[in-house]
Amino acid sequence: MGTVDAAEVGKFSAIAETWWDPDGPFRPLHALNPCRLDYVTRQIAAQSGRDLSVPRPFDGLRILDIGCGGGLISEPMARLGAEVVGADASEENIAVARVHAAERGLAIDYRATTAEALAESGARFDAVLALEIVEHVSDPAGFLRACGTLVEPGGLALLSTLNRTAKSFALAIVGAEWVLGWLPRGTHDWNRLLTPGELSGLCTAAGLAPVDRTGMTYAPLADRWSLSENDLSVNYLLTAERMNEDAAQTG
Amino acid sequence: MNHDVIIAGGGLVGSSLAVALSQAGLSVALVDPVPQRTRSGDGFDGRSYALSVASRNLLRALGLWVELAESAQPILDIRISDGRVTDGPSPLTLAFDHAEIEEGPMGHMVEDRHLRPVLLNALDRVTVIEGSVTDHLAGPAAVEATLNDGRLLSAAVLIGSDGRHSGVAARAGIRRTGWDYGQNALVAAIAHQRPHEGVAHQFFMPEGPLAILPLKGNRSSIVWTERRDRAETLTAMPDDDYLDVLRPRFGDFLGDIALAGARHTFPLALSIANSFVGPRVALVGDAAHAVHPIAGQGLNAGLKDVASIAEVLVLARRRGEDPGRSDVLARHERWRRFDVTALALATDGANRLFSNDNGLLRIARDLGLAAVQRLPALRRGFIREAAGLSGDRPALLRGRKP
Repeated sequence: MGTVDAAEVGKFSAIAETWWDPDGPFRPLHALNPCRLDYVTRQIAAQSGRDLSVPRPFDGLRILDIGCGGGLISEPMARLGAEVVGADASEENIAVARVHAAERGLAIDYRATTAEALAESGARFDAVLALEIVEHVSDPAGFLRACGTLVEPGGLALLSTLNRTAKSFALAIVGAEWVLGWLPRGTHDWNRLLTPGELSGLCTAAGLAPVDRTGMTYAPLADRWSLSENDLSVNYLLTAERMNEDAAQTG
Repeated sequence: MNHDVIIAGGGLVGSSLAVALSQAGLSVALVDPVPQRTRSGDGFDGRSYALSVASRNLLRALGLWVELAESAQPILDIRISDGRVTDGPSPLTLAFDHAEIEEGPMGHMVEDRHLRPVLLNALDRVTVIEGSVTDHLAGPAAVEATLNDGRLLSAAVLIGSDGRHSGVAARAGIRRTGWDYGQNALVAAIAHQRPHEGVAHQFFMPEGPLAILPLKGNRSSIVWTERRDRAETLTAMPDDDYLDVLRPRFGDFLGDIALAGARHTFPLALSIANSFVGPRVALVGDAAHAVHPIAGQGLNAGLKDVASIAEVLVLARRRGEDPGRSDVLARHERWRRFDVTALALATDGANRLFSNDNGLLRIARDLGLAAVQRLPALRRGFIREAAGLSGDRPALLRGRKP
């Protein structure tokens, strides 16, 4: 199972069927999704010189979505024309994602596997997405090394996670899990969270050069997430570019 | 899927949306029962629209304003007064001057004969289908619409732009709230001796408001609201008798008046859809909200819908989202619901307050209008609201593409 924590997989499998209900248990992810997609699509478009205003701008790009869950990110990437591999350690998530994509006529290669197993198989991608994943793996350094291996030189790794701050404890653990009940209790272990500095360090060590860090902030009255250049105190995204083989430290 | 979006109803709002979406690269089918050429006749039929600054911004962003600017009459001032027929037009009680907002004129009067062909000529990237949508079925991947000739079309989203009796809304199970005002709006173009200087007037009469809106030349468009039985009597009158009834209301400040186009009458009824979205369905224009036209905001509200749903769908497409998903369409609902409710309540309240000859209410109105006149900040707020410049707005209303 590589760096995937079996207990973590179990937590999500129990509620996998309801992945796609925007008002279901994954409502927080659905609410966050437009913001994450804005960031991911713009970063990939900028890196690969694509124009997002034309149909299927990602035609010909190979994208890996690690920890794809029910396919919330994989499906949009496929709709934009990319050749998508969606990987999730949970067989049940993969089953849900396959059914959902098939109903919508989207061809996505969903695999119940791990980043480490894919890296060993020699698969390489123009962009590797690991959104809301790194906080759930048991060995973040090993996970990022696998991500680094999976990205073609010059390609991108895009990560999003929760910062380890007093504010993130108050909002994401006390607020979202205990008070609002948005997430099942125990979804996040605050002590495992990584600061942007720590995540950047792990990326660099894995041959991935951080090129952008952006926050995501939530406005409760408008019930809307937006990207923030300055406020990385709770949710944040990080883009890292795969260095050339000779420049990368191998782990 | 044949298209990204099917639009049922090709009036001004439906056509504007088709232009906005097609310019953003979406594939659009526009279904309308009336053939294009019969809607784009050159003759002046007396209909015109008071376009807000926000609506003008939208048309400019779509590249259409350049063709309309020359024939559009800028509204430089709006004067609102309270009157009784026996008194003639009452002393001025409230004036909004465009110099109080930085955007220039508070709006423009545009005639239907100019606006409609400009929109229709911009549909070159749209699949225009003569017919009507008679049924639809929303599925997991697409919505399938059945046309009156039995043809099937599929798309990610079906837009109901089919008026206050929207079949799309009804078939989506969307109920409506509203009531009949028991009033009609009489609409006509009036020629007058003296220039209007770009001033729009709204006279609040006990029978209902009379709006006088400046057109190019020595002409104005009137929106004259009367009780339904009176309106029917007036509509049946020959032109000369009609003008005889209008004169004491219109007053003589523009000199003698004559008719300058056909007369129209519209029953006034508030009708708001309880939801602006349904499964793979979104409503725009009168299908979403037909409000009392007291503030001339019907088309403006429809164009706000256009800006809202266009931005929602275009951004969804750019992100790779399924544009027909409920959480995507809910963004349109959220964006428009508050605004529409506020407008409906405001125009309904104003109409009830002003359409009344009770002496106490009359004093309250005079005091209220005078108070607004004295408070610059509040006045600017009124002007910006009327000009469509308040609140968090979609890009098109700011003159930019989403």
